[in-house]
Amino acid sequence: MNDLWGAFEQAIRLIVSRDPEVMNIAWRSLWIAAASTAICVAICLPLGSLIHFNKFRGKHLLLSLLQTLFSMPTVVVGLFVYVMVSNSGPLGMMGLVFTPAAMVIGQTLLIIPMMLGLVISSFSGVDKAVMETATSLGANRLQAYTINIKEAKFPIMTAVAMGFGRAISEVGASMIIGGNIKGYTMTLTTGISQYVSMGLIEQAFALGIILLLMALLINIAIYLLQKRRQYVWFPS
Amino acid sequence: MVPIIEAINLSQIYEKKQVLKDVNLQLERGDMLALIGPNGAGKTTLLRLLDLLEKPSSGRIIFDGNDVTASGRSRLKARRRMAFIHQKPIVFNLNVYNNVACGLRFRHENKRLIKEKVEHVLELVGMSDYHKRDARTLSGGEMQRVAIARALVTEPAVLFLDEPTANLDPTSVSKVEEILARIISEDKTALLMVTHDMAQGQRVARKIGVLVKGEILQIGSPNDIFLAPASTRVAEFVGVENILPGMIASKENELATVDVNGMKIQAITDLAPRENVYVMIRPEDITITRARENTSARNNFEGRITRIIPLGPLTRIEIDCGIPLLGVITTRSAGEMALAVDSKIYASFKATAIHVIKRL
Repeated sequence: MNDLWGAFEQAIRLIVSRDPEVMNIAWRSLWIAAASTAICVAICLPLGSLIHFNKFRGKHLLLSLLQTLFSMPTVVVGLFVYVMVSNSGPLGMMGLVFTPAAMVIGQTLLIIPMMLGLVISSFSGVDKAVMETATSLGANRLQAYTINIKEAKFPIMTAVAMGFGRAISEVGASMIIGGNIKGYTMTLTTGISQYVSMGLIEQAFALGIILLLMALLINIAIYLLQKRRQYVWFPS
Repeated sequence: MVPIIEAINLSQIYEKKQVLKDVNLQLERGDMLALIGPNGAGKTTLLRLLDLLEKPSSGRIIFDGNDVTASGRSRLKARRRMAFIHQKPIVFNLNVYNNVACGLRFRHENKRLIKEKVEHVLELVGMSDYHKRDARTLSGGEMQRVAIARALVTEPAVLFLDEPTANLDPTSVSKVEEILARIISEDKTALLMVTHDMAQGQRVARKIGVLVKGEILQIGSPNDIFLAPASTRVAEFVGVENILPGMIASKENELATVDVNGMKIQAITDLAPRENVYVMIRPEDITITRARENTSARNNFEGRITRIIPLGPLTRIEIDCGIPLLGVITTRSAGEMALAVDSKIYASFKATAIHVIKRL
């Protein structure tokens, strides 16, 4: 128990003293997960609108497939992206293997099904008449989608938070695609795994605490965003 | 004057069911047409087609001289010169000001102009103090006024209203009607309102159209529609409950004697003798008395009451006087005359109160 408490104290010390290695890992984790989430939002909002507001053959099948992919194992995504970007893979010439960029691709692919599914279900909660009212007020298709997204902003923000949470907390894909290279592709989760295997419990604890703090901060940010005053802008 | 919007042989079929059939109508700026019809007649579908929210199965829509039936940019351009007020007002999850400003922002109007117009229109609908209120916290009547402001702020050339007061309390109804009257008086906008409230159609509109089972049966002034319906279907819908088949037996100038089941009814009509006709009498045009009275009414019949149906302040009296007749009198009069089933009474009505149409 004393060992555990000591490790915890040491972890706090590492955070408070802003240990360069710990900070470096935390910052990398944050931007890789944030970049993946941002790319995912840019894909899921328009794609989700198109899927929700259009009738097409195979729509139900697609939605079922998305739900199935919600719980896709991270190592499977890691394996898929690794095969794609490895030197002998179709994208091998881009030299992405064991780079943060490849990790962004992996995390994006990992969270797309979940975020897309949640975005579509967020739209289902909006009164269908909203789209029609916007259209009758002179909105073009893009503007009508935008107003629909605004109506569904709270569940969409939750979807974004969940996507970010899944991205920053996954370990399998980052480990396989990034290779857990210290100072280059090591993230909070892969770092914890590495430090534990090396017996460096204090460092592992420090990374774990930072991971939890980030989750907390993201949730607070989402809450504040939801309370923010109205900002109205429509695309042309 | 060129019509601002015109429907030519407009039809709509949903899953093999014909919802609208060859609808033709035109509206000019300043027109106010109320379409009345029973539920499921296709009224809302017609508005949706005209507002270019959906495409017709066949027929054409001409807006300001341009055919906008087909898809393309012309539809968006035309739609931006129209506005639609729904039966159930939908307000966006924004404050009142931003809700009303929406249509102008879609059109990329400049900020200063938006502010000016929104403030003006909010004043028009009596909601100047509501700028910052979350639109979702408003009452039904207030929401409808926001929806009206949101439509009016774009200064539409055509305004569609789908039962705009159906869910409102009487005070809100009169406020909305007041706003509509003001728009009509400006003569800039063509209004097309659908309603199943005939009295509202009569109060608000300059012209009334009757839409039944997807077909426009008649368009005319409120007097034409209510007092001189063109067919039995229109008559039934507008409350002419005495529709009696007969034949014009003789005619002297415009005064015809119509034989209805052996009874002679005198009516004013242009139709010729020997013509098979329907005689139409509104229940409220029939006077019911206990004793035969010397009145100016040319038609006086003795009969017996077969049924009495109280309807609050009014009472419906079904009479058998050789032909079945239905009259309406005040409940107070019914009480004073001590009317009861099987009571002997006299029913009288004027020749001018009768509308006669040809029976095909």
